[in-house]
Amino acid sequence: MTLQIVVMVKQVPDTHHVTQDAMKPDGTVNRAALPAIINPEDLNALEEALKIKDRIGAHITAITMGPTKAVEVLKECLYRGADAVILISDRKFAGADTLATAYTLKHAIDKIGSYDLILCGRQAIDGDTAQVGPQVAEKLNINQITNLLEVLDIDAQQMTVRRAITNGYEVVRSRLPLLATVSGEANQPRSPSAKLVMAYKNIEKDIRGDSYDESYLETEETQMLSRIVEWNADSIGVDPSRCGLAGSPTKVKKIHNVVLAVNDIKQIPGTDAGIRSLMQELMADHII
Amino acid sequence: MKQVMVFVEQIDGRIAEVSLELVCEARRLARQLGGVVTAVVLGSKLREVLPALGSYGCKTVYYVEDVRLSHYTSNPYAKSVAGIIRKHAPEIVLFGATIIGRDMAPRIASALKCGLTADCTELQIGESKSLKQVYQNTFLQMRPAFGGNIMATIVSPESVPSMATVRPGVMKLDPPDTKLEAEVLVEESGLSQDDYMTEVIEVVRREKSVNLGAAHVVVAAGAGAAAPASLALIRKLAETIGGVVAVSRPLVDAGLFSHDHQVGQTGTTVHPNLYIACGISGQIQHRAGMADSKRIVAINSDPDAPIFRIAHYGIVGDLNEIVPKMIDAYKGKA
Repeated sequence: MTLQIVVMVKQVPDTHHVTQDAMKPDGTVNRAALPAIINPEDLNALEEALKIKDRIGAHITAITMGPTKAVEVLKECLYRGADAVILISDRKFAGADTLATAYTLKHAIDKIGSYDLILCGRQAIDGDTAQVGPQVAEKLNINQITNLLEVLDIDAQQMTVRRAITNGYEVVRSRLPLLATVSGEANQPRSPSAKLVMAYKNIEKDIRGDSYDESYLETEETQMLSRIVEWNADSIGVDPSRCGLAGSPTKVKKIHNVVLAVNDIKQIPGTDAGIRSLMQELMADHII
Repeated sequence: MKQVMVFVEQIDGRIAEVSLELVCEARRLARQLGGVVTAVVLGSKLREVLPALGSYGCKTVYYVEDVRLSHYTSNPYAKSVAGIIRKHAPEIVLFGATIIGRDMAPRIASALKCGLTADCTELQIGESKSLKQVYQNTFLQMRPAFGGNIMATIVSPESVPSMATVRPGVMKLDPPDTKLEAEVLVEESGLSQDDYMTEVIEVVRREKSVNLGAAHVVVAAGAGAAAPASLALIRKLAETIGGVVAVSRPLVDAGLFSHDHQVGQTGTTVHPNLYIACGISGQIQHRAGMADSKRIVAINSDPDAPIFRIAHYGIVGDLNEIVPKMIDAYKGKA
């Protein structure tokens, strides 16, 4: 009985490495200039799935809700050892907050059918909410364990893990199926395998659609993944009013860029005199 | 009567400070809405400590008592609190953005299909407009996003309730008025044994090795100060001027310091009088943890380091030469 693992991943702008190129003259960040990457903690989640696969065997399906470009993060999962990938994409999903995203992902997971474990990163570096994992768990009516640090034991029925808590950690056990969010501290994600990169780097989306089943023609070899499956709103049977912006109870009212140049900085020369006058000023102002 | 409800977190029978901060903030919001502050608490043997929530402005505490709820697990807490919210229909529900709050609040929001905004740094009542209409008395929720590169104002005008998680140490804790006591109402959990899905096998808590949050003076080392000789100088400077040593994330990742010493978005937020940043480039995730320091001195050999944009005093140079001069200058006046 092979363990079925679903890993939810997201393509995000690289908000943690803002270089000079991505900065505008006024000191704000040019979001469009940030490179797109797989969300770092989603790689940690995939790594936990791969460790389980190495240990006791598993079938890993990586899924992402996003625009066509998000295929890139699915390929990153294939390069590291995911067995199957699914792109969940539709204009109707655009503008989704975490609730609408969780609703959409829940329906995609329902379509996958059977699963023992769902893993995802603790939080994404663009939204920074850490909400989608628990919300998907609630919609699937399964248990959730957040901030996973280490899988101590796993079999077909249950999983024992170490997770982070305030000022420490705890060891907990739960029956499967369950959803776990994985902390960046849990592991060091493996690099892509050269062999898998060669196998999958040219893989395309499946544009045939699922109206015509030709699977009886497939040999064992062609059944090996030759294209990326894509599902849209109709494929997964969602109510459009609960997806995307329409299905989002939270909306962004206003954004302002965090401006970096706020202070009139005093340049202090690194001389004895310069440092002395700095320390004198700090002491005179009762700072130290 | 409109309610602003606070989930009050208890760990081992002690009420979390963030929950008291949120009761104070709830009082400010309730005043603007013409409503009252209520609280929901889960646990066991807490009846004695709950009336004291009144001293921060809480009118009523809904208390779900069950020994199985003494220690937090996701499903029982989420399901029980969702039931309390359904029953009492507050306008707004606040949670601390702690590990517990960030685990539980989204599960509750999903069950109630309501809006939830994470890690808010400011809350207000104000007006909000959509294409269709203008909403009065909207709950405005401000929070950083995009790794801290933007500040977003989030609204959920059609959502009942609107929920938010708030970071510890952000909202002001008012002095308690011990003449006021909250009324405690015992509520049923609405749970069965099947709802307790997580078995807790072991809990390990350790005291932090350093209290960065309370420090008045912080001397911080970044990747540019990772050499043993540089760290020794930084420790000496901290000792001399009565500060604590902190680090940015790379030194924790390198195993040189524990996470307790980390300042930044995924570490501790500090508000000292003086923050001396040595060899720290100043990526936004670090700045998020120290930008409110009263005075910031930045020492870096790179004149383009982003840290200089928020520092009050900037010294471009080698910290191995600068820090000893600071020690000598301070001692010369001692």
